[in-house]
Amino acid sequence: MGMTITEKILAAHAGKDSVFPGDNIWVDVDVLMTHDVCGPGTFAIFKKQFGENAKVWDRDKVVIIPDHFIFTEDTHANRNIDILRQFVKEQDLPHYYDVGTDNYKGVCHLALAQEGFNRPGEVLFGTDSHTSTSGAFGMFSTGIGNTDAAFILGTGKIWVKVPESMCFEFTGKFPDHVMAKDVILNVIGDIGVDGATYRSMEWRGDAVMSLSMEERMTLCNMAIEAGGKNGIIEADEVTTDYVRQRTDRPYKIYHSDEDAKYFFKKTYNASEMESIVAKPHSPDNKAKASECEDVKLDRAYIGSCTGGKLTDFMAAAKLLKGRKVLIDTFIVPATREVEEDLHKEKIDGETLIDIFKNAGAYLGDPSCAACLGGPKDTFGRAKDNQVVISTTNRNFPGRMGSKQSHVYLASPYTAAASALTGHITNPADFVNN
Amino acid sequence: MKKIIEGLAYVLGNDVDTDQIIPAEHLVYSLSDPEEKKNYGKFALTGVPGEQAGLPEGNVSFTEGDNFESKYSIIIGGKNFGCGSSREHAPACMEIAGVRAVVAQSYARIFYRNSVDGGFFIPFECETRLVEEIKTGDDLKIDLEANTLSNKTQNKTYDLKSLGEVIDIIEAGNIFEYARKTGMIASS
Repeated sequence: MGMTITEKILAAHAGKDSVFPGDNIWVDVDVLMTHDVCGPGTFAIFKKQFGENAKVWDRDKVVIIPDHFIFTEDTHANRNIDILRQFVKEQDLPHYYDVGTDNYKGVCHLALAQEGFNRPGEVLFGTDSHTSTSGAFGMFSTGIGNTDAAFILGTGKIWVKVPESMCFEFTGKFPDHVMAKDVILNVIGDIGVDGATYRSMEWRGDAVMSLSMEERMTLCNMAIEAGGKNGIIEADEVTTDYVRQRTDRPYKIYHSDEDAKYFFKKTYNASEMESIVAKPHSPDNKAKASECEDVKLDRAYIGSCTGGKLTDFMAAAKLLKGRKVLIDTFIVPATREVEEDLHKEKIDGETLIDIFKNAGAYLGDPSCAACLGGPKDTFGRAKDNQVVISTTNRNFPGRMGSKQSHVYLASPYTAAASALTGHITNPADFVNN
Repeated sequence: MKKIIEGLAYVLGNDVDTDQIIPAEHLVYSLSDPEEKKNYGKFALTGVPGEQAGLPEGNVSFTEGDNFESKYSIIIGGKNFGCGSSREHAPACMEIAGVRAVVAQSYARIFYRNSVDGGFFIPFECETRLVEEIKTGDDLKIDLEANTLSNKTQNKTYDLKSLGEVIDIIEAGNIFEYARKTGMIASS
């Protein structure tokens, strides 16, 4: 019987010819990523279990990217960065991106891609649920807790239950105003926040393969919001072009077999997709943006691993150029590279950074920032009962910092159009004119 | 492994996510420092909206004031318990507050895995929607050999689903002890 990409990658990393959904297997790990929120706990468990002087299994395979609570006065948060530094020093780890240096990157999931750690065919674990993002490169990637990460640090292995695969195929062409964020919000709305629990979400079809790497990352990033174990897209030339600009390391491209078995298969007509929002307080609370135009907003937030990439800001800038926002609008690039690009990339001779400044938006430093609320002094953190439209990934109660606030998840186009009108706005007219 | 777990119930609804279990602003404390980690018990479940906290009445605090331990040690949940982030602080804060078992209709994958691999408490599943049967404060007893949950307050007993393949890790204590028992890593 045929296998899916996910099954083939897991089999290869377990030293087996084939695996079946439900099998419990031990896999060899290619990359382990951790950050400032989960690194300290992971290192403490590693030392407790393997000894104070134990060494990590492979220095070259450990990547540490502080990104969550960075620009804050919180003493505990800053202490946690010191713990990362200490561990990196003790272990002499080469892949560390320290706060306050030229080497600082920002949000780990995009930094992994930009620094060449996302490579087709590999297995990557990270102490963050949005580690599923890396699946856009045709690799297996998923989030784990501190204990599992400590186990990998000591052994280079971890047990995995092989997931069943679900196939989401999009054929044709997406309308110009529809972004990957609309597509994933639509699918989560269809299957629910537990619709892919313990399963792999595989994205296929000519419409998906026409997307850039950044848009593909958005699709895989939110697999976890449907409960998915991983999201995955077969690697093609778009993938290898991106990877080759970032790393010389070898990779291996896997394809799903024609007769691979899927637990679920659905084909969508890409041209019928619309701009979607997730209403409070769940990512599966789907509505068309056009149905929510009566929702008045207090602020717009454009940032995070989901909606803070260059593509996201190009989209927002296209709408904000030459116009003024009516509500507080926060712009938070995911990484330093994205921030630098905001200064370089232009629309009709004006840089994105100038477009945002002239529109009246506030600009923040690259980090996770208010996507998950964070310490009280976090840039863009929601207050009181504010109504927020956001390009981030979750709108659970209190997620952006205030239990009384209402968060609507949306694409960068929808967030930018709404920032200009002060209420939720279908961006179609702005984009097409 | 204990064969009997007894305690008072604290009842929650569907889709209790990790931001409700432990809001992100608190994720700054050490999980290994014995004093500092008490903060996690103090803030456990403080993100749950009031009307959902301690069903059916709601607005029941899980921990009182500055206490880091709760009088409730068995959590009853609905579908998709623990969805959201991979933060292990979520099962950890519940254990620090004194939780010994969770009984839910279903779990989000990473939370379930963290609970088992970290050995924080036992995540049971029950096909009956206990959220509508059990009231916060009910006196419960879980019998691991019979695989049942008894509500001593209401004189009712429910079958629990088998723990299945994770029983070996639960019995060993955590993923490290399991790996030592099976010879995957050297005994300490």
